[in-house]
Amino acid sequence: MGNRMALCPACDGEVVIPADAMENEIVSCLECGAELEIMCLDPLELDLAPEVEEDWGE
Amino acid sequence: MRVALLVTHIRAEEKLILAAFNNREISPDIILDRELNIEITQGAEQLAPSGIAWRDYDLIFERCVSTSRGMYALAILNSWGVRTYNTYETAATCSDKLQTSIALMQHNIPQPHTRVAFTPDSAMQAIEDVKYPAVLKPVTGSWGRLLARVHNRDSAEAILEHRQTLGDYNHHTYYVQEYVDKPGRDIRAFVVGDRTIAAIYRASNHWITNTARGGLASNCPVTDQLDEICVRAAEAVGGGILAVDVLEDTRGAFVVNEINHTMEFRNSSQPTGVDIAQEVIDFVIGQIGVVA
Repeated sequence: MGNRMALCPACDGEVVIPADAMENEIVSCLECGAELEIMCLDPLELDLAPEVEEDWGE
Repeated sequence: MRVALLVTHIRAEEKLILAAFNNREISPDIILDRELNIEITQGAEQLAPSGIAWRDYDLIFERCVSTSRGMYALAILNSWGVRTYNTYETAATCSDKLQTSIALMQHNIPQPHTRVAFTPDSAMQAIEDVKYPAVLKPVTGSWGRLLARVHNRDSAEAILEHRQTLGDYNHHTYYVQEYVDKPGRDIRAFVVGDRTIAAIYRASNHWITNTARGGLASNCPVTDQLDEICVRAAEAVGGGILAVDVLEDTRGAFVVNEINHTMEFRNSSQPTGVDIAQEVIDFVIGQIGVVA
């Protein structure tokens, strides 16, 4: 399966979902810059990724 | 071999790690930290969100971007005797800059001069003791967030007042370091077990050189001297799979700045030519084999 397209839940722009995408992967909307999480691959479902919290990091 | 990857979500590093496991014909289960709901006293017999009992995993590989979730999950799993990378001991030390400083001190590893104070007045004195410019850091945190280079008393007073007023109690532990006048770069070294497998320079015109803040990565040769200090630093915090951040002072001597226990490396394999994910996973698999 090749790349797929999905609608950005923030701006309704088109988001490219790579062929090797995984559930719970973070992708970006190139139109509005929102970080999105792939909640489901079949059917394709995106949601806004969680906001970065103070303890996030390495 | 049954392995689970414990994550907050999937980032580039986790995909590389999964691919590296797959190269060795291992398909880890993915466990989301948001789905954990653990009864402490039931032990490793209870089921993980994957439907597999925790005890049936040979390894839980912790890759949470949420430090607190990852650390407490490791605390529980290690208390049950479940094998993890890294261990709770290592994560708890690395996630706290003050605890890291103590571990480095106990092992005679060079680090920037560091002072700790608990009130704005004593923190002001600590800043003036290390002399301007000084660096003020939260004891927990990452990606260069909330670091302050303090050039004079006016800015020190302002930053301390903001920290005391706006920050929670975590920000009322004042961790003050001398500013190391590094040559426009620092070093990030990747330590796996007892070996430094690769290192990068992180160059920036900004004094904060984290790649998360725009620092540019290029290969840094792993000399015997760099390997030695990084491996010793890694051992000081409990060992495992670690990214050691090293500064070069004006004399070219190394000082260890901090150590990261869920290292990011997506930009580091290309400049170093080292497949960091595969090195990490082959080490982990080897370690499981040793104790199995």
